[in-house]
Amino acid sequence: MGLKRKTTPVNLSMSIFRYMVLGFFSLLFLFPFYYVFVLASNDIKTIYNTPPPFLIGPNMTNNFIIMLQTIPVLRYFFNSLMIAVLAVSTKIFFCTLTGFVLAKYNFKGRKLIFAVILFTLTTPRFLNIIPLFQMMVWFKWVNTYLPLFIPSMADGLGIFLMTQLIRKTAPDELLDAARSDGYSEYQIALRLGFPLAKSGIALLGTIAFAASWNDFMYALVMLPGHDLQTIPLALAKINWTSEKNIPVLMLFNGLSIVPVVLVFIIFSKQIISNMLAGSIKG
Amino acid sequence: MSKHHMTQKERMPYVCLLPFVLLFLTFGLFPILYSLFVSFQSLHGPRDNPEFVGFSNYIFLLTEDAYFWKTIGTTFLFLFLGFLLPNLCAIPLALMLHHESVKLKGYFRTVYFLPYMTNTISLALIAQFFFTYNYGLINYFVSLAGYDKIEWMADATNNPIYISIIVAFRQLGFYTILYFVGLQSIPKVLYEAADLDGATTAQKYFNLTLPQMAPIIFFAVTLSVINGMQLFDEPYMLTGGAGGFKQSAFTLAYYTVWLMNKAQRLGRGSAVSWLVSVIIIVLTYINWNVTNALEGKNRGSDLGPVRRQKSLQ
Repeated sequence: MGLKRKTTPVNLSMSIFRYMVLGFFSLLFLFPFYYVFVLASNDIKTIYNTPPPFLIGPNMTNNFIIMLQTIPVLRYFFNSLMIAVLAVSTKIFFCTLTGFVLAKYNFKGRKLIFAVILFTLTTPRFLNIIPLFQMMVWFKWVNTYLPLFIPSMADGLGIFLMTQLIRKTAPDELLDAARSDGYSEYQIALRLGFPLAKSGIALLGTIAFAASWNDFMYALVMLPGHDLQTIPLALAKINWTSEKNIPVLMLFNGLSIVPVVLVFIIFSKQIISNMLAGSIKG
Repeated sequence: MSKHHMTQKERMPYVCLLPFVLLFLTFGLFPILYSLFVSFQSLHGPRDNPEFVGFSNYIFLLTEDAYFWKTIGTTFLFLFLGFLLPNLCAIPLALMLHHESVKLKGYFRTVYFLPYMTNTISLALIAQFFFTYNYGLINYFVSLAGYDKIEWMADATNNPIYISIIVAFRQLGFYTILYFVGLQSIPKVLYEAADLDGATTAQKYFNLTLPQMAPIIFFAVTLSVINGMQLFDEPYMLTGGAGGFKQSAFTLAYYTVWLMNKAQRLGRGSAVSWLVSVIIIVLTYINWNVTNALEGKNRGSDLGPVRRQKSLQ
């Protein structure tokens, strides 16, 4: 009886229904990534046609040349990449070191520091925007890369994740063996702590990269000038001008999406589990 | 030689934690306290001298401010349409994706997560073009179906709705995958045990799947509230920083940045941040109690054997 039930027409139509719903949404989610290149490959007049263009047009090369002439694309890529590299590397260094110490050493004040870290996890992110901007004005850091990675280096979430992870992955016996081999405590942290935290570093690196690459609010507030704009900031500011060339803007937009999408598709399983684990603070 | 000297092992944690402590005090604790301080001051711009005004920033916001209450309303609209509604829709989608008969799980998982991995601004920029009045795809289909074109942007009701759709687009896939991963992690043994007890499909959903998913639902709703109350990117980007048509796109975070950058009222902006923080904490607390009730409701129900099985694992 139980086996027979699985092949009834009702179950078959339920199955088709599931594929239709899931398939519809998957096409919906893919559509913008296709359409950005439809817009980017048509000229400035055909995109205003009725019906609007649905297919890749012949104007991509032409738009590409105009883009290079009118938008400092490489400069924006460089800015975004520089800030992401600085943010990711400094955050990994500080969070791993702090996490290692909190996980593997007993010292006075350990509980207090851990409580402080948990407290920072509960405060909303944008509570800081006004005071941080004011501090950056005091420090004369506005329009530099500094406000986009230094305040987020000692990140509560990152330290919390690393502490939990290193507790599991770095056995005390191994550290003691290194001590009796004559390693200093600092050598142990750098030569054993970091390699043993590899999976956590991948996790934290993914989260930190996504946060930095996607950041809009802090870039907007801290980089009012022109030279250090990141990709999202440049896209938004071009979009706000009235004489923008939409196909050219869309080409810039499309090209800025491609590298991240490619990396995501290759490592999607790993990246998804990392992003879900780290989504606590958005 | 002296007994008062610390060994390297005792000293090392303090040396390594010193940078963290300094960074935390400067960029973690000080801004929170300073924000509280400024919310009781009148401060026009970052170089102005603060002047103590007591609770008047808070009182002004709650009683006289032209935008504050409207902004609260808009923020909750965004929270509902852009975060909680996709959160709700994600549950049936995740259940479908989880179903054993569905193949291509890897493909769906990647594609559903793709919008979330894409820059908010990039996605909003593309989506914005779909909603333009004269040449957007959506109005093209609307007029094809024989209706009048819809004014999405220069309309105080439609403006936040179209922005919410763009926000929801990014969240729907994310929550679907979050729930899907949660469903996949429920041990199969529990369902086998329920089958042995003769549980129906509906009983399994309500007495097994739902309680098992409760912590993840709590996490997802909390995340929605935290991110929804702080929504900034899409409304700001799509309306260019001035609040949009009749300020209909002001969210609390957007309004805070506007007060700081455009109106140069840092004290009032800080008061907004503090009011939002209180709202977020209260909502998280309510959510926590609701989830606990959800989880606790099933204790002592007809799933006794399943619960025992679970505790064995």
